[in-house]
Amino acid sequence: MRDYFALNASILYWTFLAPFRGKALRIAATFHQMVRIGVQAVPMTALTSLSIGVTLAMQGAHELSRMGATAFVPDLVGMSLLRELGPLLVGVVVIGRSGSAITAEIGTMKVSEEIEALEVMAINPVRFLVVPRFLAMMVMLPTLTVFGNYIGLAGGWAICRFSLGMNTDAYIRRVVESAHVMDLYSGMIKSIVFAWLIATISCLYGLTVRGGAEGVGRSTTNSVVVCILSMLVANALLTAFFFVVES
Amino acid sequence: MSEPVIEVRDLVRKFGNRTVLNGISFTVEKGDTMIIMGGSGCGKSTLLRHIIGSMKPTSGSIRIFGEEITTMPQRDLERLRLRFGMNFQFGALLQSLTVGENVALPLIENSRVDPEIVDLVVKMKLELVGLTGFEHLKPSEISGGMRKRVGLARAVALDPELLFSDEPTSGLDPIMTAVIDQLTLDLTRKLDMTAVVVTHDMVSAFRIGTKMIMLGTGPNQGKIIAAGTPDEIRNSDVPEVQQFINGLPDGPTPLKLAREDYIDRLLDSGEEP
Ligand SMILES: Nc1ncnc2c1ncn2[C@@H]1O[C@H](COP(=O)(O)OP(=O)(O)OP(=O)(O)O)[C@@H](O)[C@H]1O
Ligand SMILES: [Mg+2]
Repeated sequence: MRDYFALNASILYWTFLAPFRGKALRIAATFHQMVRIGVQAVPMTALTSLSIGVTLAMQGAHELSRMGATAFVPDLVGMSLLRELGPLLVGVVVIGRSGSAITAEIGTMKVSEEIEALEVMAINPVRFLVVPRFLAMMVMLPTLTVFGNYIGLAGGWAICRFSLGMNTDAYIRRVVESAHVMDLYSGMIKSIVFAWLIATISCLYGLTVRGGAEGVGRSTTNSVVVCILSMLVANALLTAFFFVVES
Repeated sequence: MSEPVIEVRDLVRKFGNRTVLNGISFTVEKGDTMIIMGGSGCGKSTLLRHIIGSMKPTSGSIRIFGEEITTMPQRDLERLRLRFGMNFQFGALLQSLTVGENVALPLIENSRVDPEIVDLVVKMKLELVGLTGFEHLKPSEISGGMRKRVGLARAVALDPELLFSDEPTSGLDPIMTAVIDQLTLDLTRKLDMTAVVVTHDMVSAFRIGTKMIMLGTGPNQGKIIAAGTPDEIRNSDVPEVQQFINGLPDGPTPLKLAREDYIDRLLDSGEEP
């Protein structure tokens, strides 16, 4: 736990203070990581979000039709996606794709003495390795979440349009009317918090790997487990928090 | 006459209950090439790791350029590290970068030179270790000996005052060994660099060394069993030293353990003595 706070402090230092002391951020490396964490996750995010949008709409239509309230399907899809499922599912996708990769990569560098070599060359590993991944994660996870929300809404639309016979105009109007700004914000705030957790936890597990290939494997597993658990906990806390704030 | 660059005093390091370094003391003066010898696993790499500050000793003191590094805050250590280069036993190159980028790394990160100059310096340093034209390959695409030479090129990229080299010539052919030795000689004799070199290779040790220490194994684990100039070591009357420099299989350091208790050792639970 102490390591975790130390890592956070050091990330903040190298991101916000050091650039003003002549230690520039590694912009190129950050963009490189953004491509790996964000751009390359687009297909997987799209698929996940689409399937969730479709599933939500089907499930909603099934339940609501019994009350003759299928007109509320767009509300249901929009609310659940923006507030809860969107950030969470995109988080899971990114943990599986990139959180694990970050731990494995940094962990391998640790066991093959590369981190030690960086330190001996007076290159801070947090600045060199962690900060680019952290920044990329902070930018790309919310971006992917917005993207995933659109795709999920499109999935909901497909069901409403072709299965419930709702017209496109009505669907869009319904979604826009039912969703409050707060829904959008709460989803975004969640995904920013998730990005922070994923980046810091997966880097910490990478930096603290011990003992060869087996150690890298063990740390990667632990990192994914801890990322998902802490994301779920944070999600519950934030949901409760937003309810309190709004009421 | 000349100022000490490294002063190690009573260095002790334990891993669990195993004492790997046990009261090591020596001094390296400016312009010296200190050779560290000793059997495999006797703690040579561990000793280097302590001197470069990536491991902290259990007790003892290490001063580099007159500054105590065992208690030094990270920031000061970073400043000090700009003045020395380290060539790791297994290269420790960054696998995600090419050979050229690896050598360029210290230049880009720690000095303010033009990209064009960086390119030029990288070519020069690779030329020194006989690797012209390999700058675009990844470390995984070159051989172990080549990796080691890239590590050396990277270590001298910033023209450090102090060079640490962990077995720079093991795994190299005799000609390449001579080239690397000549490089170390040029750097130390002509540019007044100070060097600490770990090596098993007696030919190259006597070729480049101006001072030597030998670490012991077995009952002498973690202690210096002989120290001095190459001539003193060559004429040393410590039997382990004679066995080591002449490469004899039998002597005070038993490679084959006694026949009588062979069965006992096999049936032993395998705990270290
Ligand atoms: N991190 C560590 N944890 C526990 N023991 C260690 C650690 N690092 C080194 N050792 C122990 O210290 C001893 C010396 O290791 P070291 O790598 O310094 O040997 P060496 O003299 O460099 O050997 P070689 O010539 O084979 O490179 C070994 O017995 C090793 O088991
Ligand atoms: Mg070694």
